[in-house]
Amino acid sequence: MTEELVSIKDQPLVIAGREFASRLIIGTGKYKDYAQNAAALAASGAQMVTVAMRRVNVMNPDEPMLVDFIDPKKTVYLPNTAGCFTGEDAVRTLRLAREAGGWSLVKLEVLSDPKHLYPDMEETLRAAKMLIDDGFDVMVYCSDDPVFAKKLEDLGCVAIMPLGAPIGSGLGLQNKVNIRLIVEQTSVPVIVDAGVGTASDATEAMELGCDGVLMNTAIAEADDPVRMARAMKHAVIAGREAYLAGRMAKKRYADPSSPLAGLI
Amino acid sequence: MKITLNGEPHEVEENSTIAALLHGLNIPLAKVAVERNLAIVPRSTFEAVMLEDGDRLEIVRFIGGG
Repeated sequence: MTEELVSIKDQPLVIAGREFASRLIIGTGKYKDYAQNAAALAASGAQMVTVAMRRVNVMNPDEPMLVDFIDPKKTVYLPNTAGCFTGEDAVRTLRLAREAGGWSLVKLEVLSDPKHLYPDMEETLRAAKMLIDDGFDVMVYCSDDPVFAKKLEDLGCVAIMPLGAPIGSGLGLQNKVNIRLIVEQTSVPVIVDAGVGTASDATEAMELGCDGVLMNTAIAEADDPVRMARAMKHAVIAGREAYLAGRMAKKRYADPSSPLAGLI
Repeated sequence: MKITLNGEPHEVEENSTIAALLHGLNIPLAKVAVERNLAIVPRSTFEAVMLEDGDRLEIVRFIGGG
């Protein structure tokens, strides 16, 4: 094989100045236990995990701690604002996360109705501004509306993370046109967050030109989460490579792969 | 004296520091963050900050989430 064929390299994913070789981000919720979560993380090759902040159980301080299974020194923790419904709640939660871990890179999600868990975009915009003013690097979960996505980018968010489908639904990308529009207009990383159900969904997001994929339930609720984590690793790489390679043009009729000239 | 700890009433001795409270509850200092009356308490000050009657404390840690 020639040097040219083997030396094609991708650029790393860069978010707020931090470089990531893996374009897959995984959640840490819904696993059987933290040990399974850690095994899935290793299989996925992800370098960043989303985490939540919750009260210590004062009655049982010996309960397992996430940090004892997934080392925050080796894997970037991305604290989320799950459960926050206002900008004030989000700022309060992430200030605690910053004190607990010392990170400024955070995932903002301000949700609305529990039935669809769609982001409240008006409040998300307000919260993003509050967090950016407070010194946070904000990766923002948002609807797949290109207009709101642009407003969030203009505010200074460091990654735009539109949903592919409702959180935990596993329905796959429901609006490829919008995701593609957001990819084309955005100069910071675009990461599909939520909606991936299986490997092909992740590949599809990457083929559209997304810079990464964030998922939780697709891995955690698979029959074999560790194996699905490995599948997602390959799916993201395959989609990224296909995007960079540039797909063939679609044609309406067949086009033989073997030459017709020289037929006996 | 009485404080509110993670939303529940809690009895502490007079002149207790945040560090003393955490030690007494067997909570590892390095793995939690503390908010007192809606203000972050930096970990470096746990030994110095004295609790006062009526304080509202939140002690939180990272858990799994999406």
